[in-house]
Amino acid sequence: MDIVSLLIQTLNAVQYGLVLFLVASGLTLIFGIMRIINLAHGSFYMIGAYMAFGLSSGITETLPAMIAVGLILSFFIGFVLEWAFYAFLYQREHLEQVLLTYGLILVFEELRSILFGNDVLGVPVPEALAGSIPLTDTLSYPVYLIFISVACLIMAGLLYYLIRHTRLGMMIRAGSHDRNMVQALGINIDLLFRIVFAIGFMLAAFSGMISAPMTSVSPGMGNQVLIISFVVVVIGGIGSVGGAMVAAMVIAFADVFGKLLVPAYAGMFVYLVMALVLLWRPEGIFRKG
Amino acid sequence: MKTSGMFRNCLAVLATLLLPAATLAAEDGKLKVGFMLPYSGTYASLGHAITNGFKQHVDELGGKMGGRTVEYVSIDDESEPAKATENANKLIKRDKVDVIIGTVHSGVALAMTRVARETNTLLINPNAGADEITGALCAPNIFRVSFSAWQPSYAMGNVMLERKHKNVVTLTWKYSFGEQSVAAFKEAFEKGGGKVVKEMTLPFPNTEFQPYLTEIAALKPDAVFVFFSGAGAVKFVKDYVGAGLKTNIPLYGPGFLTDGTLEAMGDAGNGLLTTLHYADGLDNAKDKSFRNRYAITHKMQPDVFAVQGYDAAQLLAAGVEAVKGDIARRAELVKAMEEAKIASPRGNFSLSKAHNPIQDIYLRKVENRENKVIGIVSKALADPARGCKM
Repeated sequence: MDIVSLLIQTLNAVQYGLVLFLVASGLTLIFGIMRIINLAHGSFYMIGAYMAFGLSSGITETLPAMIAVGLILSFFIGFVLEWAFYAFLYQREHLEQVLLTYGLILVFEELRSILFGNDVLGVPVPEALAGSIPLTDTLSYPVYLIFISVACLIMAGLLYYLIRHTRLGMMIRAGSHDRNMVQALGINIDLLFRIVFAIGFMLAAFSGMISAPMTSVSPGMGNQVLIISFVVVVIGGIGSVGGAMVAAMVIAFADVFGKLLVPAYAGMFVYLVMALVLLWRPEGIFRKG
Repeated sequence: MKTSGMFRNCLAVLATLLLPAATLAAEDGKLKVGFMLPYSGTYASLGHAITNGFKQHVDELGGKMGGRTVEYVSIDDESEPAKATENANKLIKRDKVDVIIGTVHSGVALAMTRVARETNTLLINPNAGADEITGALCAPNIFRVSFSAWQPSYAMGNVMLERKHKNVVTLTWKYSFGEQSVAAFKEAFEKGGGKVVKEMTLPFPNTEFQPYLTEIAALKPDAVFVFFSGAGAVKFVKDYVGAGLKTNIPLYGPGFLTDGTLEAMGDAGNGLLTTLHYADGLDNAKDKSFRNRYAITHKMQPDVFAVQGYDAAQLLAAGVEAVKGDIARRAELVKAMEEAKIASPRGNFSLSKAHNPIQDIYLRKVENRENKVIGIVSKALADPARGCKM
C-alpha cells in the first residue's frame, strides 16, 4: 500500500468513525447515561431514515427545512414514547427492559411495512451537496460525506458540552447516579429524564435522517446499526461521550484496516478488537471509578 | 390360526371396499399446492409476486390442472433457514400437499430441498439460485424454473470479454451466492483470456464500501464485476458513483444489482449493464399478454419473480395434465415435466437433465429506471450441474 492510499484509507476510517459515533450517540444517552437497555435504538435510526424519505418526497426538498422539521418531530415522538413506555422501566430488571424494547422493534417494523411497504427506497442527495472532490486521477470524495463528518463533529461537541458544562447536564449526571437523591433535592426527575430520552431519540433519528441519502431506506436497516452502536458504547465506557468517540474511532480503524489486511477475517476482526479492549479494560476505555 | 385367517379375510374385504374410494379421491380430489414463500420481511414482495404469477396461470387454466381443482395452502418461511425444515415438514405431513412451491432465500431453499428429497415430495423452486439445488442435491422430484447463480454471471464473463476488458477486479459479500457468482464469472472470463486481478469480499451484510473503492481506484482495473442485491446494491452503486469511479472504470454485474433497486438508486444507476434471464421491453407476445394481464389484476407491473411463479405453474401443469391428474403416476409426471417446453414470458425454455432451465441470458442496460433489453448474450445457456448424479 503506497502512502497516498494509506492516507485515503485513514481518511475513510476517520469518516466512518464519525458516522459510527453519530449513530451511537443516541444510545450513549439512553443506554450509557439513563442505563436503559434500549434494543429499539436501531428502530429509532430507521424512523429517522423513513422520516427523511417521507419529508423529501412529499413535504420539503430543502435540507435545512427537512432537518428542522425532522428534529422537532422526533423530539416529540421521543417525548411521547418515554411517557407511554420507557418511564415504567427505570426501576425494572434488565430482562424487562429487553422485552419491552424488543417488542417495540417488532411494532416499528410492522408499522414501517404498513406505511411504506417492503421495497428498498432511496433519498436523493441534496443538490448543493451532490458534487465530488477529486483526490487522485481515478478517485473522488463525495461532498456529502464531508457534510456528514462536519455534522458529526458538531453533534459530538454539543453533546459533550451539554453533559459536562451545563446545569441540565449536571442534573442528568446526578440523576443517573442517584435518582431518589436528585428528586429529594427538588428536581423534577421525571420531566428531566423525559427530556433526555427525547434528545436521545432525536439524535438516533437525526443520524438516520442524514445517513439516508448515502445509503438506502429499507426494511431491517436498523438491525445493522443496533449491534455496532452497543459495541461503541460498551467499549467506550458506559456513560462517557468522549469514550464513545474514541471507541467509534477504534472500531472504524479496525473495520477499515481489517478489511484491507486480513480480508478473510474482516467479519470478526471488529469483534476481536472489542474482546481485546474489554480484556484490557473491562469497564471500557474511559472507565469511571 | 382360524381367527387370524378370518381377520385377514376381513382386511381383504375392507381393502376392496376402500380401494375404489381411494382411487376416486386421487382422480376427483383437489390438487393441493403448498406455497412455502416469504410473506414477511425483506423478501415479502418477492413471495407475493411469485404467488401472484403462479395463480395467474392457474386462473388461465380455469382453476384446474388435469381435471383437478387447484387448492392452495401457504406458509410464511420468513426467509429464516433455521425454521425451514420444520415449515417444509408441516406442509408435507400436516397439510399433505401434493407439491411444494418455494422459495426465495437460498439457505431456506437448500433445507427445503433436503426435506423434499428425503420424503420424495415434488418440489418446484421458483427463485433461489444456489448452484447445489440442481447440482449436488439434484433429484427426480426437485425442479427449478428460475436460474442457477452460475448462469447470469457466466454470461457476464463473455460480455466483458467482448467489450475488450482484460484486467478485472471482483467484489461481493462473503457468502455462498456471491462467491458462486464470482466463480462463474471468473470461469468464463479467464477461459477467454481475461484476468481477475483481485477478488475482494466483505462480510455480509456489511455496506461500508469506502475502503474497497479506494483500493479499486489504486488498482485501476479495466472494469469491475460485483454481485450485490437489494439495499446493499443501492448503496454500492451510489458509493461507486460518489467516488467518481463509474466514469473511469465501468461496473458490471448479474441483474440482481439493478432489479427492484433502480427507484432507490435514482440517476446513479443510469447506463449500468447487467445480465439476467429476463428484461424490460422483450419482444415476445407471451410477455406482453402476461404483463397486461398482471398489470390489470394487480395494478402494478410484474417483475422477474412473478414470471418465475407463472412458469412454476406452467411446469406443474405440464406434468399434471400428462397424467390426467393422477399424480401417483410419479415417473410419468416427472418425465412430462422434464420434457416440457415452457412458453415463458422470458422466452421459451426447456429443462436440463438436472432440472434447471436451459435459457437465454439477456444483456440489459439501465435507462429511465428500467432494465432495457439490449440483446441475448448466451443462447440456451445450460448450468453445468456440477456434482449432480442423475
